[in-house]
Amino acid sequence: MISLQVNGSLYELDADPDMPLLWALRDLLNLTGTKYSCGIAQCGACTVHIDGRAAQACITPLSHVVGKTITTIEGLAENPGHPVLLAWQQMNVPQCGHCQPGQIMATSALLDEKPNPTDTEIEQALDGNICRCGTYPRIRQAIRRATQLKQGVES
Amino acid sequence: MSELHPLSRRDFLKFSAVTGAGLCIGISLTACSQASKTTSDNTFQPNAYLRISNNGAIIISIAESEMGQGVMTSLSMLVAEELDADWTMVKAELAPADRKLYGRQSTGGSSSVREAWQPMRKAGAAARQMLIQAAAKRWSVNINNCRTEKGRVYHDASGQSIGYGELSTQAAQQPLPENIQLKDPGSFQLIGRATHSLDGADKIHGRARFGMDIRLPGMVYATITHPPVFGGKLKQFDAEKARQVNGVQDVISIDQSVVVIAENSWAALQGQKALQIEWENGQLEQVNSVTIRRQLHADLDKIDFTVRSDGHTKEILANTPEPISVEYELPYQAHFTMEPQCCVAHVHDEGCEVWAPTQSPSSAKSVAAKYGLSKSAWLFGKLKKRIDGSDYEDVKLHVPFLGTGFGRRRYADFVKEAVKISRAIGKPVNLFWSREEDTQHGFYRPTALNRLEAALGQDGLPIAWRHHISGPSIGDFHDPDNYGKNKIDNKMVGGAKQLPYAIPNIEVSAVLSRTPVPLGTWRSVGSSLNGFVVESFIDELAHAAQQDPVEYRRKLLQNSPRRLGVLKLAAEKAGWGQPLPKGIHRGIAIFKSFLSYVAQVAEVSVSSDGELKVHRVVCAVDCGMVVNPDGIQAQMEGAVAFALTATLKGEITINQGRVEQSNYHDYPVIRMSEMPKVETYLVPSAEAPTGIGEPGVPPLAAAVANATFAATGIRVRHLPIRAEDLILQS
Repeated sequence: MISLQVNGSLYELDADPDMPLLWALRDLLNLTGTKYSCGIAQCGACTVHIDGRAAQACITPLSHVVGKTITTIEGLAENPGHPVLLAWQQMNVPQCGHCQPGQIMATSALLDEKPNPTDTEIEQALDGNICRCGTYPRIRQAIRRATQLKQGVES
Repeated sequence: MSELHPLSRRDFLKFSAVTGAGLCIGISLTACSQASKTTSDNTFQPNAYLRISNNGAIIISIAESEMGQGVMTSLSMLVAEELDADWTMVKAELAPADRKLYGRQSTGGSSSVREAWQPMRKAGAAARQMLIQAAAKRWSVNINNCRTEKGRVYHDASGQSIGYGELSTQAAQQPLPENIQLKDPGSFQLIGRATHSLDGADKIHGRARFGMDIRLPGMVYATITHPPVFGGKLKQFDAEKARQVNGVQDVISIDQSVVVIAENSWAALQGQKALQIEWENGQLEQVNSVTIRRQLHADLDKIDFTVRSDGHTKEILANTPEPISVEYELPYQAHFTMEPQCCVAHVHDEGCEVWAPTQSPSSAKSVAAKYGLSKSAWLFGKLKKRIDGSDYEDVKLHVPFLGTGFGRRRYADFVKEAVKISRAIGKPVNLFWSREEDTQHGFYRPTALNRLEAALGQDGLPIAWRHHISGPSIGDFHDPDNYGKNKIDNKMVGGAKQLPYAIPNIEVSAVLSRTPVPLGTWRSVGSSLNGFVVESFIDELAHAAQQDPVEYRRKLLQNSPRRLGVLKLAAEKAGWGQPLPKGIHRGIAIFKSFLSYVAQVAEVSVSSDGELKVHRVVCAVDCGMVVNPDGIQAQMEGAVAFALTATLKGEITINQGRVEQSNYHDYPVIRMSEMPKVETYLVPSAEAPTGIGEPGVPPLAAAVANATFAATGIRVRHLPIRAEDLILQS
């Protein structure tokens, strides 16, 4: 049995310790907001937080996350006032929407670490997250907006 | 002033039987779009539904597939505008495949808004008139003294008002209005206003359900391995190691492929890796990109089809001492949909139920019926469909959100597979293709080789233009008996045949050069190829004539006011002719596709080691009347990103009869740091709306290549543009 702490709840899973976190979230815990697109950490659609840092769930085996805190888009969305979610709505970012949970998780981890990132820091943090619809300009705007909202919220 | 439209009873279907269900109106796209011509012989084909429930919620069923193009929002706006709905009460739903209710469902060709423009508005207007009738009756007042605003009917003289929800049951009992009054565009409140997507919140919060997200009781997961070589066959396979993987339940073969069934996706992927398969590769193992290129070149001197012949092109070119003659070459392209192909199917005793992220719900449903029902049930359903237009009643086909489509999801290969697997194992199955399978078993955008020839007159303007295309065709690949050398597939010459420039002698021709690579529609189809070719070559001619590329085009487009409109707007907004920062250069291209006109000015820089960077793209768009300007801006941003991948990176190559690329590492796509700034400007128009999902794609590659010429003096005649192509002059 493997113990996993996901979105504040503790789960006991009878799973292969080599199974990537992505599939445990999607198929065993039914948290389907985390997406599959490449399986080799090239696209970022599976981005979640492990101990608060952005990580690619498709290459992270369960054995590596025992005892760690995992947050998925469903966990982040438990706070509908989260500045990144609000910013994404205000900038009307999604088109097809498939990559957006990953984009949002990558962004919120970035802003937790660097509340006011430079353009280069944004690109470094988000370049691993592909969007085939081309919502990049809006993601950029939404990150700027989230920065403002966060400062407003926190000050 | 408003337009009056006579309404036949066949146009609309009214549901009022269910007590408390409120008002429900079916909208016939076919009937309404032809209403001005005739209403007598139209069969009833409602395409979407509007429901107004007792609590005031307005639910609009969308029978188009939502793949990011914003159709749930734009089509709902059309209904809500004429209904005078409170937009905050509007909810859009994705409709299942149902021929009887929605007619033939297929999303493509940038046609959704264009086709829904009249009928969806009529549905909203009819409902509004019925709500007014109900209110007038309730208050015993004249309908002419009632008005509507934001989901309420008002009678100003008595100061009374009532919400649509409260009126809906009574409204459903009203007769259908004989004439539908549509608003004058000048009084639109919602149409033309930047509107946020109705499906945005679900997508942002991780709640939106895509194909792979469907979960059913007792469902298993499946991966599939197709023959690696085109036309290959399954010889035999050893599943022993795959079966030893923890969680693998079964290994079966369907058609020529091997399927691993497992408790979860990971086990299915591990089982797939453990398979030992022997294939019969066949003849096509000899095919590779070099042989294909050689064949296209060899065929270039032959002509199968001359699709346009104005004047005496050949004679003029033959008599010109040094005509300009060049070749343009484009590779195969993959779709790389964000979510790989997938489908959930459950074949059971009473029929089958399918969740298919498809652009073609109707044909997917027919496929599901054919492979999911018993032969007798399928034949009976097929016959019944032909006789009374009913759909296969034993098949339910739901359409979840599509993780992009780009034309790939028009093909129902993955639906057939899921249904066959579920039928074979007797369980609901979630079939998903690994990214590697998805990359190597697509329906690719065709490759093409083009020869362009021109002769210039004294004034530098072209007096003859000849465009000859050698390559395979999508239509011929799917239906060789119909096409072949007998019939031209117009997709092949799309955008080439319609060359808009005023040149007295024009010849456009093609030779079919068949290749074994599977082909399919790819965002903007033939225009994705010919946009690059035509708009690069006209730029070459402008430079050969030592004339400004914008001015040159302007002279040749005097009879095309809408093209001139976008050309002028793009040039103006981009500051054409004004100085640029050091190292930045401009290029322009203009192209009409799916009835819309787009001009783009790209600003690029090229470093000494040949690295090309696109900094800014200015788009000018004339797509008729604008429904959702925010949606148009999003589609331009999306088209630029999609086309830039094909311009700078994307290429499918063939070796030993198989696709060489497999995942994002060897088929790189544009990432955030490579995305230019995109500005979109709209030409005001009173024309009916035209397409927007695709028209931003065709001009982009040429705009970038033309800017690259301005930057380096190097004319790019093949895609993708590689750094090594641009190093020469540094």
